[in-house]
Amino acid sequence: MLSIQNLSVSYGAIAALHGISFEVGPGEIVTLIGSNGAGKTSTLRAISGLIKSRGKILYQGRDLANLPPHEIVAAGISHVPEGRMIFANLTVAENLAMGAYLQKDKGGIERDRQFVFGMFPRLAERRQQVAGTLSGGEQQMLAIGRALMSRPKFLMLDEPSLGIAPILVKTIFEKIVEINRQQGLAILLVEQNANLALEISRHGCVLETGQIILRDSSAALRENPKVRAAYLGGV
Amino acid sequence: MIVFLQQLINGLSVGAVYALIALGYTMVYGILRFINFAHSDVFMVGAYCGFYCSRLDSGHTLAGGLLVMAIAMVACALLGIIIERLAYRPLRGSSNLAVLITAIGVSLLLENAAQLVFGADPKAFPALFPERNFTSQAGLTVSSNQLLVLAVTAVLLVALQWIVLHTKIGTAMRAVAFNHQAAALMGINVDRVISFTFGLGSALAAAGGILYAMNYPSIDPYMGTLPGLKAFVAAVLGGIGNIPGAALGGFLLGLIETLVKGSKFSTYSDAIAFAVLILILLFRPAGLLGKFQVEKV
Repeated sequence: MLSIQNLSVSYGAIAALHGISFEVGPGEIVTLIGSNGAGKTSTLRAISGLIKSRGKILYQGRDLANLPPHEIVAAGISHVPEGRMIFANLTVAENLAMGAYLQKDKGGIERDRQFVFGMFPRLAERRQQVAGTLSGGEQQMLAIGRALMSRPKFLMLDEPSLGIAPILVKTIFEKIVEINRQQGLAILLVEQNANLALEISRHGCVLETGQIILRDSSAALRENPKVRAAYLGGV
Repeated sequence: MIVFLQQLINGLSVGAVYALIALGYTMVYGILRFINFAHSDVFMVGAYCGFYCSRLDSGHTLAGGLLVMAIAMVACALLGIIIERLAYRPLRGSSNLAVLITAIGVSLLLENAAQLVFGADPKAFPALFPERNFTSQAGLTVSSNQLLVLAVTAVLLVALQWIVLHTKIGTAMRAVAFNHQAAALMGINVDRVISFTFGLGSALAAAGGILYAMNYPSIDPYMGTLPGLKAFVAAVLGGIGNIPGAALGGFLLGLIETLVKGSKFSTYSDAIAFAVLILILLFRPAGLLGKFQVEKV
């Protein structure tokens, strides 16, 4: 479904990604793990067109590299960015409406809204509330719900557990699995919490200083002594 | 009391024009974080559009006058969009200083081009609308032009507020103002929203230019400088980036200025706007309605 080939990104003279390649199949959850600065976020930002890149980003056979972000969204890729980036000055309902910016049919938008409210009832209760007043977990739900409003076929999630109460992290990961199963949505997940990420994903890539050093099924990665020592707390 | 009420009415009609210009400053600042110094010259071009279009309408009817105003608004909206496209968009991602200097350059370009095209001599602005004075028994006088200024401004403010709060493009404007990248990830074409914002602000400036010229019926290529500066002060007074704040700031500044004009300090009336600017920067830099925000690094 998505095939990244030899993708490189630099910030000025500093290279963040040195020609990485990986694939995400239809309906699959693939996770990128790695420490801070390994290039996980840069990978997602290059795919969604927020930063310039070299190499190929083939999505359903079409090269999306360096298209503007709104065309990437139109192609069916949605990105829940690190730090959530919800519109704090807009209400919950307006945030969702912005997620549906490219959708034209009113009936379809309303169905999607009800789907999101069904998945995250907390958002339905707070639909008229200004989003900046939501808790971290609620903001993450909103960020995911907003991304779903664009009817993506491919979803990218950057650190969905960051800064969220542990009890909500579990809920949010359950929802991610639910979205993947119910909608057959392919998901590319970037996550510090490697344990959790490898639990719900099928494949994983380990990034280190801009290169993929390991690529395997998630089950195998969880048993890999190197991965266990570096990312899974060594147990 | 009559004198005070009279000044109040005069002040509101001056303030209305400041409010209309200030909205353009504040909307562009809200989205791009820079002061579009060419905005006051769009205001001037608006007045000239009114001047030339008025020849099409010799009847001085209300409908004719409004039509002239609408044409000027559309023309200036296009001008604003073209300025953004040619001068500011290539600088997206450059430092704010580069954009600011470019804005001053565009301002000079428009003023000098106006001298070339329209001539440097002041022109007498024609009466666009039928004029009448209403005088109450107590001696309070309101001109039809003053009423028209207030009515047109009120309609435009309500329309703007409706666009910003209740339409999709308005919500997108607020989303882009909050965070360009997040807006782009929603599928919003950020450049198009910025164009729309320039068009909207420039249309309001054109309306302001015509309303201003109706009350001060002599127009020249530099007529935008002083009202533009004062409107900028009004935008800062209300809280730069804040739309209701710009309107409030405009009306307040118009009132303060007119009240000073009516007092024995009348010679200081132009200086008062800048005294207000200094005071607001000293004591409430975020403006009356603005919230103090830490600059994102």
